[in-house]
Amino acid sequence: MCLGIPGQIVAITDPVHHLAVVEVGGVRRQVNIACIVDDDHAVEDCLGDWVLVHVGFALNRLDETDARETLELLRQLQETQTTTMSA
Amino acid sequence: MKYVDEFRNPQAAQALLLQITPLAQQLAADWGRPIKLMEVCGGHTHAIFKYGLERLLPDCLELVHGPGCPVCIMPRGRLDDAIAIAQQPGVIFTTFGDAMRVPGSQSTLLQARAQGADIRMVYSPLDALQIARENPAQPVVFFAIGFETTAPSTALTVLQAEQEGIQNFSLFCNHVLVVPALEALLQNPDLQLDGFIGPGHVSTVIGLEPYQIIAEQYHRPLVVSGFEPVDLLQAIWMVLQQLVEGRHQVENQYTRLVPAAGNAVALAALQQVFRVRSAFEWRGLGDIPQSGFQIRPEYAQFDAERQFFIPGQQVADHRACQCGEILKGVLKPWQCKVFGTTCTPENPIGACMVSSEGACAAYYKYGRLGLSGQPSAVPATKTKVGAAPES
Repeated sequence: MCLGIPGQIVAITDPVHHLAVVEVGGVRRQVNIACIVDDDHAVEDCLGDWVLVHVGFALNRLDETDARETLELLRQLQETQTTTMSA
Repeated sequence: MKYVDEFRNPQAAQALLLQITPLAQQLAADWGRPIKLMEVCGGHTHAIFKYGLERLLPDCLELVHGPGCPVCIMPRGRLDDAIAIAQQPGVIFTTFGDAMRVPGSQSTLLQARAQGADIRMVYSPLDALQIARENPAQPVVFFAIGFETTAPSTALTVLQAEQEGIQNFSLFCNHVLVVPALEALLQNPDLQLDGFIGPGHVSTVIGLEPYQIIAEQYHRPLVVSGFEPVDLLQAIWMVLQQLVEGRHQVENQYTRLVPAAGNAVALAALQQVFRVRSAFEWRGLGDIPQSGFQIRPEYAQFDAERQFFIPGQQVADHRACQCGEILKGVLKPWQCKVFGTTCTPENPIGACMVSSEGACAAYYKYGRLGLSGQPSAVPATKTKVGAAPES
């Protein structure tokens, strides 16, 4: 029910009503992007954003730096274990 | 898929399991009992079963499946109310597909549709609003269910309807709140929980602050987690680290999508359209104070509870159904008398068997139960006997 899927905004279709097209795994559909627009991030800045799509709305922007940091931490963990086990 | 596949990496999962196992064993040895963590969200329950995580975790670490499935906690009386609205002449009743087969006291929405009610499944509340635009002479009601993840979308839809001056659209509001439900569980003496895996997509809306009460008042660690297997294992590891170090804090594994403050636009929309009910009835858990949203009087024209006659009866759960004990985590699904026999996904008696996020449906589909109906000891890869074929 709280299912959300990451997708990328590929077009802004109606800036007034905050409507955009998001591509999720190769499928495109219209979503409402009101939740990710504010004074610091205008509608036109949303093009290319990775967002979490839930019931036709982009709920939040995906922070690509944070995603990379999490993956880097996991990579380091794997590396440490490999080193420990082969030592 | 980008930002999904990376978090399904088996090597990372293996590395995390190598961290988790000794910590869990150490804690279980120190405490002389298994460790019990609750994953609150039904989406997490589904992922745990889909990826077989339970079978990878050490036996001394038990995952208790929480009440974070909006369909599962909907009491029969509210379903009766929804059906009563849908059966009124001229009404077009719109709902997410998940709610179609949830049993009320007499029937389901699916059966009511077969009997002639105009009930339509939608993907988004915006689709329901579009139906209202296209049918201006008919009242269009949206069955608003879901936690704080889903509530902003219905709030924003109401604001859109108001802006366009749409007169024939309303919500039957059944949105519920996570933290009051956790508090109710923590006050239940039957249930010993050592920590929580917090719901990721609720938290992308509400942020981390609302969980502080769990850490400060109830002294339990809570780690907000994403929905991929590596996310969940990392969150479990983080909870265990807290337990080993004697900490109880709110931490965030899902930083890529959960800012500490949540989403300001979504929170403002919730605040504008909804207020917190004094209490809301949850299936199996009873009335929980301050645990649901209702529409503010300023938006009364969009409130189906004010627009239509609603029976509003509290109806006890089916006699044979033990969904309440399942939702509280006191019973495992396979311990319920009707699990997999008279209660199946095709003919559910209780709501935990309806939604794919319900604990019973997850066990039924992925649980790899032996012929005795109990989890088989055979490793997952060798198991051939299942309670049900995968559909």
